[in-house]
Amino acid sequence: MRTKRAWLLPVAAHLLALITVAPLLWVLFSVLKPPDEMFSMGWPSNLTLDNLQYVLLRIPLPRFLWNSALVSVVVTVIALFFHSMAAYALARLRFPGRGLIFSGILSTLLVSLPVILVPLFLVVKQLGMLDSYAGLIVPAIFHAFGIFLLRQYYLNIPRELEEAADLDGCGYWRRYWSVILPISRPVLASLSVLFFLANWNAFLWPLTITRNPDLRVIQLGISGMQGQYASAWNLILAASVVAALPTVAIFLAGQRRLVEAMKTTGLK
Amino acid sequence: MTRKRREALAAYAFLAPDVLGLLVFVALPMLLAFAVAFYKVDGFGGYQFVGLGNYRLMADDAQLLDSLRITGIYVLAFVPLAFLVSLGLALLVRDHFRGIGWVRASFFLPNVISLVVVGLVWQFLLVDKQGAVSGLLRPFGLEDVSLLGTPQLALATYILISVWFVMGYQMLVFLAGLKDIPADLEDAARVDGAGRWQRFRYVVWPLLRPTSFFVLVNSTIGAVTGLQAFDLVFVLTRGGPARSTSTVVFYIYEQAFTFNNVGYAAALTTLVVGLLVLCTGLMFGLTRGGRFSED
Repeated sequence: MRTKRAWLLPVAAHLLALITVAPLLWVLFSVLKPPDEMFSMGWPSNLTLDNLQYVLLRIPLPRFLWNSALVSVVVTVIALFFHSMAAYALARLRFPGRGLIFSGILSTLLVSLPVILVPLFLVVKQLGMLDSYAGLIVPAIFHAFGIFLLRQYYLNIPRELEEAADLDGCGYWRRYWSVILPISRPVLASLSVLFFLANWNAFLWPLTITRNPDLRVIQLGISGMQGQYASAWNLILAASVVAALPTVAIFLAGQRRLVEAMKTTGLK
Repeated sequence: MTRKRREALAAYAFLAPDVLGLLVFVALPMLLAFAVAFYKVDGFGGYQFVGLGNYRLMADDAQLLDSLRITGIYVLAFVPLAFLVSLGLALLVRDHFRGIGWVRASFFLPNVISLVVVGLVWQFLLVDKQGAVSGLLRPFGLEDVSLLGTPQLALATYILISVWFVMGYQMLVFLAGLKDIPADLEDAARVDGAGRWQRFRYVVWPLLRPTSFFVLVNSTIGAVTGLQAFDLVFVLTRGGPARSTSTVVFYIYEQAFTFNNVGYAAALTTLVVGLLVLCTGLMFGLTRGGRFSED
């Protein structure tokens, strides 16, 4: 009985894993087929990179990719900086109103973008940030999740580390910058994978506040092809693969970091 | 300046950027929704006070009731299904075996890809008669079934794709919860002669309560107002066919940005927030807030 089970479960797991990724592998394979054989179930007459080449050269895909990369990187860097500062104060400093501010920050976790989309649009419009990089970047920075996670991490740093810096006459900024930040590199790395992916994959917000085609991010770009190229599946899928490859690459490279960050969210 | 005051001032300075940002871009919009709900807003930004007028409109809005019903069905099907599938996967990949890294990564992979790509991928796979899914259904004589073109099947398809998308994430959360269960508890049960099912039922399941609570709440909030309720619907079906996949979030977006009914959309927003608070409260009650035992 025991030996039978010992191989049954892993085999089932491998099979299920294959079924899970099969749709993605099939699309990847389809992109390499000639356009008129996209739907053929058999082996194509030849494999070609034409579809990928076409979307990269004939469609402003590079522009979309650049916009997404710019927004994602800037949001990630600024967000991590602000969040780690806030988390440092919440975890390591004593001040009146600390509990209140922390619960206030936490309570914003219940608010998701689709819920506040309409009023957020009004706020951003009022600030004159519609149809601009600022509009894409600034509202995306503020999210309590990162603050919360970093605070948990900072709570576990031993006091002695900071005390040494204190004795050396360092102010709070020096303690944060030269002691806390360097030791939080692992958690910052995990979060940067998470933040980059979330922003690279963002669709609803860019859709809501940009009209200018030059500001189009990659997700908007490929969704726009749906209407423009109707059933030119070779192009739509090729562009989708281009949009998804960076995320898959970052996932595979930062898998362990991502998993750590994800697990921590589920813990407490 | 005393040390205490210096510390407090430093703390406020450290907190200022994030707190200010959260106030302006999260708290203010939230409050604004409740204020704007009392106005009729025309496209050019003219505000006209209508009191509870927007709320009165809701009662006669058949499309709103439809979208609420669809969201309800979606939540009731998606949340338990995603819960069971991801818990099952977590139990499956809990113990080490050869190739476990690739197996876990595969389950998680859909979650890494944007919902726009997910929507496009499945649209391609589900193209009527020609798509890969039709090909798979051919041996069963079902190749003519239009999964995205038939109202009831479209909703079911949307639910299944959502499960495929989130199951890897929820699996990881469950794995973290499982990791926290002390091994000696299960070993003790094993020594006492408990089988696999009994160990799960009497040791693992009760100890997994906080994790289950987190997954349920998270999954419900995600189902009602998450991105899969908008991004995926937008790309996959645009709410169709015959509005059969028009979730309430998608409907609010349409009201605001297609029909320019910003005030009405704001009122709908407050309605959804109310429903969400109710849902979360209900689950809190049902799971006793995710506490461990019966105490």
